[in-house]
Amino acid sequence: MTGVPEELDRRFREAAASEALLDVAYDVTESPIGPLLVAASDRGLCRISFDPEPEHELDALARAFGPRVLRSSAPVDRARRELDEYFEGKRQDFDLAVDLTPLPNFQRMVLEELVRVPYGHVDTYGGLAQRIGRPRAARAVGGALNRNPIPIVVPCHRIVGSTGSLVGYAGGLEIKEALLGLEGAILPG
Amino acid sequence: MMEAVAPIPPFERFYEERRDEIFGYLARLLGRDAAEDAFQETFLRALRGYAKLEHGRHLRAWAFTIATNVAVDTRRKAMPTEEPEEIAVTDARPPYAEIEHLVGELPPTERAAVVLRYGYDLSYDDIGAALDSSAEAARAAASSGVRRLRRRHT
Repeated sequence: MTGVPEELDRRFREAAASEALLDVAYDVTESPIGPLLVAASDRGLCRISFDPEPEHELDALARAFGPRVLRSSAPVDRARRELDEYFEGKRQDFDLAVDLTPLPNFQRMVLEELVRVPYGHVDTYGGLAQRIGRPRAARAVGGALNRNPIPIVVPCHRIVGSTGSLVGYAGGLEIKEALLGLEGAILPG
Repeated sequence: MMEAVAPIPPFERFYEERRDEIFGYLARLLGRDAAEDAFQETFLRALRGYAKLEHGRHLRAWAFTIATNVAVDTRRKAMPTEEPEEIAVTDARPPYAEIEHLVGELPPTERAAVVLRYGYDLSYDDIGAALDSSAEAARAAASSGVRRLRRRHT
């Protein structure tokens, strides 16, 4: 059987995005901490995964945003560029819209507050709980961060235990350590 | 609890599963050059309709339906009044190989039914779905297409 020429495949993926027919576009990008899957809806960046195998993400993306999920590079180009700059130490703030709409209210509230923790700084789970006005919800805050769909850009790596221990990270503690090291963060405790 | 039998797959998976055979199908119907434009149009149409699908059954037939419609539109545009000329042919396999260089002479529905049945081995149920009609109508279209070719070429 005749396979689809690569150029034709690429043109279709580009046209699908430029005609705004996609619920989610994604691509895989290289980074110093390994390849990342990066996805965007029409509202903004909606997923960064440390597991770059699309097959592991497609169903979740389709459930959250709609079934028209397609690999297409242009819609994630800007996120890719800003991530490159971040990893080169040239960027401290991401200038990207994020799409947190499918998330439960509590988690969205936590993540929206988290974005205010600046580059190179850390806060604690309890501290973040306090900032959202739920001082006793440190554990729930931990759960919300653990399921952060957009790590790095929504900086859950900047939240640590009250003694300065790293506690946990969905991408693995070595990545959390690498990101805090890149930012020159000083841990409490 | 019953699970949904055929959930709609993410478009990427549908596209990866179908793109090669749809391209091959369009190349048979239209020739390779015209197939390139028709390919893009087929999957853009599929994307436009994808959010309205209610289940993931018959997606293969659905893809052939769209491709068939795009091919018919393409040929209408290319030759609005003339009899269709003989179409280019790639990727033959017997016994379909014996008739495939002739199917371009057939009216669109018969052509699609013959190609889908003998070239792609689709069931008449699926061809009926692809042509937006019934299995019986698909069988009738395929056999009338074959009869027409025999009349002309024996």
